[in-house]
Amino acid sequence: MTFGMKLKSWWLKLMVRLYIPAALQGMRHTLARVFRPKVTLSYPEEVHVPRKGYRGEHRLKKDELGRMKCVACLMCQTACPAECIRIDAGPSPWPDREKIPIAFTIDMLKCIYCGMCEEACPCDAIELTPTFNKVATTREEKIYDINKLLSR
Amino acid sequence: MANFLPSLPDVLKIAFCIGFFVLGITPLLVIIERRLSAFMQGRVGPNRVNIPWLQRMGGVLPGGLGQPLADVIKLLFKEDFLPASADKALYYAGPVLVLVPPALGMIVIPWGNRIGNEHLQVADLSVGVLFAMSVLSVAVYGLAFGGWASNNKFSLMGGLRASAQLVSYELALGLSIIAAIMLTAGAGPDALGTVDPREIVQRQTHGILSWNVFGGGDLKMAPFGLLAFVLFFIAALAENNRVPFDLPECEAELVGGYHTEYSGIKFSVFMMGEYVGMILMSSLMVTFFLGGWYFPGVTDPADHSVLAGLLSVAVFVTKIMTILVFYVVIRWTLPRFKYNQLMNLGWKRLVPLALANVLAIAAVGVLGGAK
Repeated sequence: MTFGMKLKSWWLKLMVRLYIPAALQGMRHTLARVFRPKVTLSYPEEVHVPRKGYRGEHRLKKDELGRMKCVACLMCQTACPAECIRIDAGPSPWPDREKIPIAFTIDMLKCIYCGMCEEACPCDAIELTPTFNKVATTREEKIYDINKLLSR
Repeated sequence: MANFLPSLPDVLKIAFCIGFFVLGITPLLVIIERRLSAFMQGRVGPNRVNIPWLQRMGGVLPGGLGQPLADVIKLLFKEDFLPASADKALYYAGPVLVLVPPALGMIVIPWGNRIGNEHLQVADLSVGVLFAMSVLSVAVYGLAFGGWASNNKFSLMGGLRASAQLVSYELALGLSIIAAIMLTAGAGPDALGTVDPREIVQRQTHGILSWNVFGGGDLKMAPFGLLAFVLFFIAALAENNRVPFDLPECEAELVGGYHTEYSGIKFSVFMMGEYVGMILMSSLMVTFFLGGWYFPGVTDPADHSVLAGLLSVAVFVTKIMTILVFYVVIRWTLPRFKYNQLMNLGWKRLVPLALANVLAIAAVGVLGGAK
């Protein structure tokens, strides 16, 4: 170890022990932070727009004739790890399928928004929308029935 | 009897001192601290509450200026809680003893140049420095009373910590003030130092190098002046219970320390006392080390017109606001010390350094020949 290196290490140790240079460095960093862009939103005026593919609340899709696509195969209900989907099947009025759901209920409070139902669906009938704001004032409001799911 | 009645200029000066330095800057400082800390954390901060008729003036002012006002109104209407088996008299005395001493200390601060024959200072005491120091020491009682009277373990710990910390750091504070006083010693009739704050400022009005932080006109003294200033600043942080020395009220471990049991208006008086203490400390700093109301090229010490007087007040306020913003930046940068580190720093570093500084100034003053 040369004398110069010793001197340098002594100087660095002194700077650490003095605490003030490090503190000043930290304060420079803090001050620089002031001018960075803000990461929060002013909520009622600015609304968070979720990225593409965000998994929000469900909806049931309709085909080009305006009929619901669901054939009540119960694949989503089976796939759901949170067991929040409940389907009651009934006879179909249309010739292209045997069953349609009479009741299709999703408990949004149980749902973990994993998207497994969307993956499982063979008819591409259920999907997760990018709805971010999921506010309700009662528990009952968050249990969505078939009409609500179809109308979304 | 007539002598005891204050004259009109006196009343105006007292009104300005209390109305602006105590009641005016405090809410401003609160909102600056909240907004600035929000910016540092990437937030927006309180920007909704406005002062109604100021908002209508075209929206020039940034939002949120009314926030401290709204907070005070909210605190006024909250329950004034008295813990069971609290010592009632001391419990009530606590917040008052925290707020009044720093407000009292403000009266010796010269916050402006002379207008006509009126010095812009409420009380021109020849022992102003000693007055400010002695009045500051009383604030310890407020914290200790608050901690003791609440009949709460956390509060008691906070009060104990506050009293130990304030007493320890007062020593370093006093010693660095002594250094400043020694630096004010000049040539000729000013050969001796002075403890009159107005005189201390007056002697720093000969260019920026005559500020005590730069050695008070003698470049040999500059390192000692700077060291005294740094020591004073650190000790002032500790005296104000500011981060990184906020052990008496550390939120995480002591749940607020000595003001755990305080709510409503008494809590806000506690908080206000702390902010006024900060304002007093930065005023003392500016007075002793940074040339008071003087800034070369902006204020002319020989100009006694009204405009120049107001300008000197503006310079003084700018200086203390700079230091107060510095306080805020420190608060959001440094982590809190441990208690043993605090005491080690106080007794083993600051006090010996401040003593050595005083001795060094004396030695250089004697050996280097009087200025």
